[in-house]
Amino acid sequence: MNITLRVWRQAGPDTEGHMETIEVPDVSEHMSFLEMIDVVNDRLTLEGKEPIAIDSDCREGICGTCGVMINRQAHGPVRATVCQLHMRSFDDGETIDVEPWRADAFPVVKDLVVDRSAFDRIIAAGGYISAPTGSAPEAHSTPVKKADADHAFDAATCIACGACVAACPNGSAMLFTAAKVTHLGLLPQGQPERGSRVLNMINQHDEEGFGGCTNIGECTAVCPKGIPFDTISQLNRDMLGALLRGE
Amino acid sequence: MAKKVIMAVSGLIMVGYLLAHMYGNLKAFSGMQAFDEYSHHLRELGEPILPPSGALWIIRVVLLVAVVAHIWAAVLLARRSWTSAGVNRYETRRNRRGIQRTYASFTLRSGGLVIALFVVYHLAHLTWHWIEPGGSSPSPYGRLVAGFSVWWVVALYVIALLAVGFHLRHGVASALYTLGAGTTATARQVIVVLSIVTALVITVGFLLVPFSVLLGVIQ
Ligand code: HEM
Ligand code: SF4
Ligand code: FES
Repeated sequence: MNITLRVWRQAGPDTEGHMETIEVPDVSEHMSFLEMIDVVNDRLTLEGKEPIAIDSDCREGICGTCGVMINRQAHGPVRATVCQLHMRSFDDGETIDVEPWRADAFPVVKDLVVDRSAFDRIIAAGGYISAPTGSAPEAHSTPVKKADADHAFDAATCIACGACVAACPNGSAMLFTAAKVTHLGLLPQGQPERGSRVLNMINQHDEEGFGGCTNIGECTAVCPKGIPFDTISQLNRDMLGALLRGE
Repeated sequence: MAKKVIMAVSGLIMVGYLLAHMYGNLKAFSGMQAFDEYSHHLRELGEPILPPSGALWIIRVVLLVAVVAHIWAAVLLARRSWTSAGVNRYETRRNRRGIQRTYASFTLRSGGLVIALFVVYHLAHLTWHWIEPGGSSPSPYGRLVAGFSVWWVVALYVIALLAVGFHLRHGVASALYTLGAGTTATARQVIVVLSIVTALVITVGFLLVPFSVLLGVIQ
């Protein structure tokens, strides 16, 4: 198949960027989107041009680094990461617009690569439990209700890709933050820090410059891991509870 | 975060007011005497414990605080979102309507502005009597009937109440999520239904009176 790419090109953090049009003939529909970009980059390099900068790591949908906006859909038309998206999801002859995640807290580093270290700082603010290390405790010594375990596990699958922020009309990272708050807050090991965790993480979230959630739900439409929207209500409930208890 | 809680609580207070106000308006169907008595009665509510118009003033103050808080928080949150997300953040023209967001979620800020302008008009007409479309009258019922006999007054109400309807369709649900309801999929479904019902009841309930006047059911 033949496609036309319109890609955001930006040489560095402080330079102006623009959309560049690149014709891409002879694309196999079995290629992943990243493999297609690899081919484009090989061709650009052979022509002596600068290849397109794009993040990727695991290429199996678990690390969350490969996120870009494709036709204004985070990770493109399929609910999966860009490495798991295949060219058969596009039409022959289609023009595909590729842009970096856009958010004040995710500054562009180069082309399609953004700096997502704001997420690391939100996690560092509370996305952990304090437990003595050493040999693992006997699993049966701390029973967890099946429903809670399932819910916590659903929330734990977040891969910190940032699609929720890129899709959110407010540039809010509420789904990401709520996933971690729900994951740890529902498990017995997460109880001691439940109140301080949610407050610290939300404060860090706001400090990083993410927007306020207005419960629109665009995030859950693009989240490759299907993090449910009710985690956001869980975060709100934990936060209000912690504030009312004066934590 | 506190701003969102303020938005939610002040919004729900206003919904409560709107439901009471709508119920009061429906007294227009019981005729002039009943409506005027009701309007008069509002001013005597709570007497003799409260001074004349005391209850009305308490309601007004609570409402005013809610309105100011709601608008204040909305402006700050909107400004923050314009920096966090950026305006026109993507170059592409595709999928501008988002993936799954509701129409109502788009009209929140613009619709809020429409409602605010309408409330000013509405107060100028029926509370302050600065303007008297359709002619003046000493009775609240008379002013109402005179006003709604004018087609463009009814048109203004239709626009405003559609804005209110969309505002509530998103706003009621959003407020409840922000207050921590909706932690399960079932709770969220209930909340969505509740917000749609609230929006419909308020929009239709308020529009019954103007249309009944325009169509001559209420004279
Ligand atoms: C068919 C629709 C409506 C009718 C017939 C109506 C009628 C009235 C009347 C007669 C008053 C004056 C009360 C008095 O001073 O005795 C009033 C006050 C008021 N209305 Fe409405 N109204 C309608 C819709 C609305 C809507 C949609 C809103 C808000 C979005 C609203 C907000 C208010 C407010 C804030 C006041 C002032 C209350 C006060 O402090 O006196 N009304 N309305
Ligand atoms: S919540 Fe979903 S979209 Fe957001 S960072 Fe986690 S995996 Fe990505
Ligand atoms: S490269 Fe790891 S999720 Fe796509």
